[in-house]
Amino acid sequence: MHTLVLTKGVPDFREGQVSFDEDGHLERGKTPTVMNPNDKHALEAALQTKVRHGGTVSLMSMGPPGYKEVLQEGMEDVYADDLYLLSDREMGAADTWATSITLSTGIDHLEEEPDVVFAGFKTADGETGHTGPQTCWCQDWPIVTHVVALDIDEEERTLRAKRLVEGDVEEIETVEAPLPCFVVADPEFEPTYRKAEHRLRHKDLRAETQERAANFEDHLEVYDQAELNLDPDFIGLDGSPTIVAGVDPIPKAPSEREATMVDPGDEGAMAEVFEELEPYAGAD
Amino acid sequence: MTDDYEHYEAVVVGAGPGGAAAAATLAQNGVETLVLERGVESGSKNVSGGLIYAEESAPYTIDGLFPDFRAEASERPISEYYLHNVAGRKVKTIDLTGIHEHDTAWSDAVLRRHMDSWLEDRVHEMTRETGGGLLTGVRVDGLLREAGEIVGVTCEELDPIKADAIIAADGVNSELARDAGLMDWEDPEEWFQGVKAIVDMPEGTIADRFGVADDEGVAHLFSGDLFEGVRGGGFLYTNDDSLSIGTVFHLDSLVAEEAEPHELLDALLTHPLLDQWLQGEYEELEYGAKLVPDSKKVAHPSPHRGRLMLVGDAAGQMQAQGPIIKGMNHAVSAGALAAEAFVEADTRGRPEEAGQRYETKLRDEGVMKKLRPTRYKVASAVGENDAVASVTDKLVDSSLGKLGIKAADRLGLLRRSFNSPFVMSVMPDTQTLYVTAPTAIAEALGTPVRAENDVEPPDLADRIGDLTYDVGDPHIELQDNSFAASGAAVSACPVSATDFGGGCYRDETVKTNGHEEHLVSLDTQPCVECGTCAIVADTEWEHPAGGKGVEFKQG
Repeated sequence: MHTLVLTKGVPDFREGQVSFDEDGHLERGKTPTVMNPNDKHALEAALQTKVRHGGTVSLMSMGPPGYKEVLQEGMEDVYADDLYLLSDREMGAADTWATSITLSTGIDHLEEEPDVVFAGFKTADGETGHTGPQTCWCQDWPIVTHVVALDIDEEERTLRAKRLVEGDVEEIETVEAPLPCFVVADPEFEPTYRKAEHRLRHKDLRAETQERAANFEDHLEVYDQAELNLDPDFIGLDGSPTIVAGVDPIPKAPSEREATMVDPGDEGAMAEVFEELEPYAGAD
Repeated sequence: MTDDYEHYEAVVVGAGPGGAAAAATLAQNGVETLVLERGVESGSKNVSGGLIYAEESAPYTIDGLFPDFRAEASERPISEYYLHNVAGRKVKTIDLTGIHEHDTAWSDAVLRRHMDSWLEDRVHEMTRETGGGLLTGVRVDGLLREAGEIVGVTCEELDPIKADAIIAADGVNSELARDAGLMDWEDPEEWFQGVKAIVDMPEGTIADRFGVADDEGVAHLFSGDLFEGVRGGGFLYTNDDSLSIGTVFHLDSLVAEEAEPHELLDALLTHPLLDQWLQGEYEELEYGAKLVPDSKKVAHPSPHRGRLMLVGDAAGQMQAQGPIIKGMNHAVSAGALAAEAFVEADTRGRPEEAGQRYETKLRDEGVMKKLRPTRYKVASAVGENDAVASVTDKLVDSSLGKLGIKAADRLGLLRRSFNSPFVMSVMPDTQTLYVTAPTAIAEALGTPVRAENDVEPPDLADRIGDLTYDVGDPHIELQDNSFAASGAAVSACPVSATDFGGGCYRDETVKTNGHEEHLVSLDTQPCVECGTCAIVADTEWEHPAGGKGVEFKQG
């Protein structure tokens, strides 16, 4: 079983990490790049597949050379075997469309075709959720989105998944898809390891990966434009039909609550508090 | 779906010294062995007094099974051993090195987190080669039965697992032992409760204050009138760069006196005698507690049922008689013997005979004789008879008794008696041994300690606050919340106290319709999982899920 996870480096939007200038624009230079948080669920789904069925996991990302560290982080998380970075100046400033075409070509370029490609729900910077499905469209494979649980039948070459219908946690349907296929892991995805054998293999993989992750560059291949030989009109800025007309900061939600401090020792003030509360109290 | 269950030749539940010994022995014999440990790491659920013995007469020792154990997993070897008899400020110290060294190949201080996690790595490596391995964070919560026969285990985090042999080394509160009906939580008289503080002390300071070299350690025991008349005593052991200071009491006595375990520990910590070692400096690294089975009363003579064999504390294999407290060494012997029994039975094509073979081995190798000495049975029948005990107690405390003590000391009899394995094993478990005699000895022969001990131990709220918890769902249910049924837990629980709102158990007076009810409420958040309340209160008691609950860093 060969699985591939598509991942992206994004600005670390957590408080204390992210930096904005006076106009509210993100300061990329001052904000560290981390793996897109939603991609962790795709990694977990891929790891579950590797633990249960064996085989290899590859990670692929398109981005600047600095994304190598993001791939290394992912390698430790998913016990990945191989890392692929699609990186070239000509691929820069791509929208989701150009990115999907580039990624799809990267997938075709792999020595071994993946049985399942996992993608995260959406990225923390773009928030579109387009790249996974579009890449799948380029491959002309089936896709299952919003996946919360997963089972693969290797002999039948089918994947059975539980997915949220319209993203609703209350409504779950089970679908089947032939391999190879794309899977978008929902943030609700929960890996399950109910067999001791699986947990033991998990432990073995963790031990193995430590050494590999320390020397991750030995397992990293960088595909540039010369290697992929993409049509320049379909990649990077030139291949991106999206036009960003402007960026507006999201206004802060107005505070609607008023607070009054009351000294609990002040009996008069406390009596007023009880009076205020009285209408909300249930009937005796 | 039964056919889908995983199967291993052997499943070992619990990765303490007993489980480790069993797993190592199974693995050495090529048995496919799965070890399931509920802590986030082995040792994270364990507290022990802090001394492990290797007996000369034992069939197995921990360093025999794990050759680097002493170099890598234990603290200081104990070379000196003293008992301090205390009456107020008067102290009479008796050198117990003789009894300590009796049948002892070596004895080292240990901290369980460090020790057990070291064992975990070795055990995983050994068992992995057999096709099994060791998993942490998995709570085995019961026995899997088919047509009434035990065929495996059920787990909270895993699907049921079948096995040809199940070795339960899951500690003093073993859920498997109870599921099998082999042990219960009924009688406080069958248990001790230990409470311990790990106190920070740099290596050099230990050398200076205890007069030991870097590779030497010392054990001090304390008994007499410093514990409000509660039957039990205190101990202090030197680790590499900390001290284990604790107390062990008969649970029935704790309950009868309504004593607060943490206050009894404080009574020891603040006694003037300890000033020579603490010298006003006190930084507590961890507060912990543990229930200790009294093997004389509860060591199961036939600790097996079907494919299940109990090992260590789970089988009540904890020898406590007077100053001698030995548990881990017996768990090691039992674990390895249970493994050996299965290997032999399986080789002969009769794996179902493993339990009976294990029982025979415990007897033939002398383990059972140490856990339940026959001569204690006879002596206790007389000595623990209430009328006799009362007379003995009054006699020792009388002027005649004190005259006798002085005479005995002059003749060297006192030291000789305390160092006699025979005398120690027949000593009845009464007030006389723990309180009256030591107090009388100190009064008759002791010299007053002049120093002032101004150590201030942390209060219970701070002790609880410093522990690490990953709180899961409440794992204890109070069945009867009347004070009459469960009130004993308020004081006996080591993380609860009367008039303290931050612990597990609280007593409450509730007024309803004009009449008052005295009730007990429970919040398991700060629970240290010692099991005390399972015995003294009316509860439905189980362990938290794998990796949840308290996590000891020292142990």
